[in-house]
Amino acid sequence: MTTARLRNWLRGAWRFAQALVRDDAYDAYLAHHRHAHPETPPLSRREFYLREQERKWSGVSRCC
Amino acid sequence: MGKVLWACVALIGAFAIGGIALHRGETINAMWIIVAAACVYALGYRFYSAWIATRVLLVDETRATPAHRLNNGRDFVPTHRWIVFGHHFAAIAGPGPLIGPTLAAQFGFLPGTLWILVGAVLGGCVQDMTVLFLSTRRDGRSIGQMARDELGPVGGYAAIVGTLVIMIILIAVLGLVVVNAMKHSPWATATVFATIPIAILIGLYLRNIRPGRVLEASLIGVALLLFAVIGGGALNEHETLRTWFDYDGKPLAWFVIIYGFVAAVLPVWLLLAPRDYLSTFLKLGTIFLLAIAVVVMSPDIKMPAVTQFIDGTGPIFGGKLFPFVFITIACGAISGFHSLVASGTTPKLISNESDVRLVGYGSMVLESCVAIMAMIAATLLDPGVYFAINSAPGVVGATAAEAVRTITSWGFPVTVEQMTELAQQMGEETLFARTGGAPSLAVGMASIFAGAFGSKMLAVWYHFAIMFEAVFILTTLDAGTRVGRFMLQDALGHLWKPLGRTSWYPSVVLTSGLVVAGWGYFLYIGVVDPNGGINILWPLFGIANQLLAGIALCVVTGILIKQGKLRFAWVSAVPLAWIALITTVAAWEKVVSSDPRIGFLAAADQLAARLAAGTLPEAQAAVANQLIFNQRLDAVLAVILTAILWIVIADMLRISWRVVRGLPVPPSSETPANAAAPAQ
Repeated sequence: MTTARLRNWLRGAWRFAQALVRDDAYDAYLAHHRHAHPETPPLSRREFYLREQERKWSGVSRCC
Repeated sequence: MGKVLWACVALIGAFAIGGIALHRGETINAMWIIVAAACVYALGYRFYSAWIATRVLLVDETRATPAHRLNNGRDFVPTHRWIVFGHHFAAIAGPGPLIGPTLAAQFGFLPGTLWILVGAVLGGCVQDMTVLFLSTRRDGRSIGQMARDELGPVGGYAAIVGTLVIMIILIAVLGLVVVNAMKHSPWATATVFATIPIAILIGLYLRNIRPGRVLEASLIGVALLLFAVIGGGALNEHETLRTWFDYDGKPLAWFVIIYGFVAAVLPVWLLLAPRDYLSTFLKLGTIFLLAIAVVVMSPDIKMPAVTQFIDGTGPIFGGKLFPFVFITIACGAISGFHSLVASGTTPKLISNESDVRLVGYGSMVLESCVAIMAMIAATLLDPGVYFAINSAPGVVGATAAEAVRTITSWGFPVTVEQMTELAQQMGEETLFARTGGAPSLAVGMASIFAGAFGSKMLAVWYHFAIMFEAVFILTTLDAGTRVGRFMLQDALGHLWKPLGRTSWYPSVVLTSGLVVAGWGYFLYIGVVDPNGGINILWPLFGIANQLLAGIALCVVTGILIKQGKLRFAWVSAVPLAWIALITTVAAWEKVVSSDPRIGFLAAADQLAARLAAGTLPEAQAAVANQLIFNQRLDAVLAVILTAILWIVIADMLRISWRVVRGLPVPPSSETPANAAAPAQ
């Protein structure tokens, strides 16, 4: 019982950490894409990652 | 029940602050400060931020946010508020809140601590939250755009120029901090150098091996960084290897400059993005660890509450308590730079308007906590040691014996043996005149970690702290260079179209080179300046940062008044008035003061007179002309920054006056509540 709970808790923590670094961004993009533009093929994970990096660092995203 | 609880919080807070204020002993336990801070933050968050949200901003939980309306699965994505909180905090917390309080500790622990608390709760947090809210209501528009839309073109241009100047000064001063931390320290230099191939390795991993798996890649990277810290220690023991990493300030400055240029023109996935992931991990982890360690150790604060240096004779930077403590501590109390993030990435993630309280106000509370921890880390050192590390040779004397004599004569006893032993413990050659704040902060952090976790690895903790600071300073350095480049390309694109194309390589190289040359110049002068450079650059940075806060608060005040909320306008107008006062007084003193330790022009004149009389030592005479020119340039910059602030204030007052008189003003740029999602 307690190990199962611990495992659950650890999985939750890992998921939260993944969300914090936006590892889930690609899945969110896929879900959105399937819903909004079903007629065009989505970007691959790698293309998506590279394009997002480029966009993210084109503005102010870090402070002093 | 709730009321009783909050009354208790208020009582405990008042008791702790009273305890600190009335304390008359040699030392005071840091727990007093921690409890006082916790109560002030809790009250500010629970009551003031809630009141602003419900009564002033009229937060509407039922209104669709841009993340929902414009959801594109990329930048506009409705996100859980704790995730947005994490992102926003990671974006606003840089080295600023660590360095500012360390420098301001020369006034004693009390002035800086009070300003951090009051400034954050009534100023910084309010700015961040209101800007975030207003930008969320305007589809995530930037502060510059909002200034243009709501006040007029003048405010918009001022925001752009202000941002460019602050970026240049910020990068220069942070570069100087890194250079001073690496100077003649093979261990620190080797570790910082090692962070570059590690970041590249992670970049390749994220692109080619496991695309976009950031969490696992970051964990690998952090493990490698820790290994690099320990490896640096081993290298430091090696007779010949260590000489490969033993450099003077000038070559290190050139290294930082060349590095900054290369990093800015490389693709982001290779170096910038992966290093940012690593620095975010380190940042959150270290801050978390430091918070635990401070509570576990609850160190005694050895610095007096207030030192004699409030009279303006401070060795770290010249100038009286007012206004210079407020300029020195910008990040941690109020930082205009945050308004750029709060009106950039974050508003596009907000999934419900009610989240702006946690994300805007809450993140700044946490950043302010970081500043308090930095203050504790600086003031738990023996004051004599603190001043010996942070005072430039031009102030206390070039040799260890002279420095020790000068500092002891101020009433802060310290001996050469004590400093030698401390340096040995930290694995450094010397800790004298390691200005910039990073080394003394690292000594403080190492003492806290070693004290709390009962470890004898002081030297490893010290270099871990240096690596930690260096990693995110380097991130700021090339992220800032890129932002400066984009702004420059945007401006030059008006002169000649191709220069504005952000992907045209010649334009990228040219504009990056110009930005790097801008901050590289100030960095280089800072390194050759015998007074340490920090004395010049940090106040300029503070003024520039507060100027940006002034512009953001002008936009907020102007919008509140346009919305007919004149009676609530003080929420942003009071911090604005304070910012305007301290920046103007500080700039005035930096320009006209006859004390060469404070006034740029007085310093230039003094140097010129000594050069003409031939009384300068040879080494100084060689660079005197550059230093004289730089001081005059700094005076001009201070005047320009202040002028920009007052132009925006005048513009805001003009709009407000027109509102009050019922004259036409630019229409509100707020997105209507019933705006539909655009057709896909």
